[in-house]
Amino acid sequence: MILLTLLAAVTIAIIQQRELFGVVVLSGVYSFLMASVMIVLDAVDVAMTEASVGAGISTVLLLATLHLTKARESRRLQRPYIPLAVALITGAALVWGTQGMPKFGAANTPMHTHVAPRYLKDSLPVMGVPNVVTTVLANYRGFDTFGEVTVVLTAGLGVMILLRGRRKSKKKKPKGKDKNKAKGAKSKTSPAQTTTASRAEGA
Amino acid sequence: MKLDVILRVTTKFMLPFIVLFALYVHFHGDYGPGGGFQAGVISAAAFILYALVFGIEATQRVVPQRLLEVLMPLGVLIYAAAGLPAMVLGKTFLDYSVLAHDVKHAHEWGIFIVESGVLITVASTMLAIFYAFVERGR
Repeated sequence: MILLTLLAAVTIAIIQQRELFGVVVLSGVYSFLMASVMIVLDAVDVAMTEASVGAGISTVLLLATLHLTKARESRRLQRPYIPLAVALITGAALVWGTQGMPKFGAANTPMHTHVAPRYLKDSLPVMGVPNVVTTVLANYRGFDTFGEVTVVLTAGLGVMILLRGRRKSKKKKPKGKDKNKAKGAKSKTSPAQTTTASRAEGA
Repeated sequence: MKLDVILRVTTKFMLPFIVLFALYVHFHGDYGPGGGFQAGVISAAAFILYALVFGIEATQRVVPQRLLEVLMPLGVLIYAAAGLPAMVLGKTFLDYSVLAHDVKHAHEWGIFIVESGVLITVASTMLAIFYAFVERGR
């Protein structure tokens, strides 16, 4: 309960904050709080992932993004009433949806009676692996995890394609000339990219 | 990049332990929390820390971009390769029981291979994304 209250407090602080550096730090705090919530719920694997990905990698990547953009939130141009209405309606629908869910921790739900008992019962004797999360991930749901790895690969490729466009010039030329050539190549592609290139040089 | 001496020295002390912890999380995934994904993220974090303190050039000397581009698909291929022997021998894809004579050993091997694939892909992808951001900022 305390953790959830802290989560809400951090969220409000993130909304209030205009300085984006503070937002990045607060989102790291949020991830660590979320990891603590997961530990309270005995989901240690998820907590570990949340702490390493949410608080570690995401924070670094957000900081890197701040390095590329401005570190201060710009003033909003429109009144936020329509997004507010959308958010409120969606939130209300989700809360309404939870009314139909089984009670928290109820043992007789399909989630706990369908395949979970078999996983829990068979994991140690059949597979010889005590950590059921690992067996579910790598054995019972191996194909899903294969898909997840492919998703990670695809995401990485997407980011690389989006953010890098000057590798060919890098191979041939030494570093000093390389920058100018890269900028020339960029200015052909799009005006938005040119501005980033010129700003990067100015900085 | 000229930074604090304390930062540099402490980072050099920390790095082996971070990588060791990542490997522990990887190899101990059968018994405790963790596995390939977490281990991959932790080991990528070690390299990112190195890059933050010593600069991106020093890191790219250790782990060049080309190596990452090889490692990213390699992990997925290792994962797929773990499933192929079963297919060849007439069982379903990713059925580990053909990998060793004892079923338990086979499953441990299967999990190990699969998690290694996850580790390689996740670690190299995280580092590649970081590189992409940093390169763009220069």
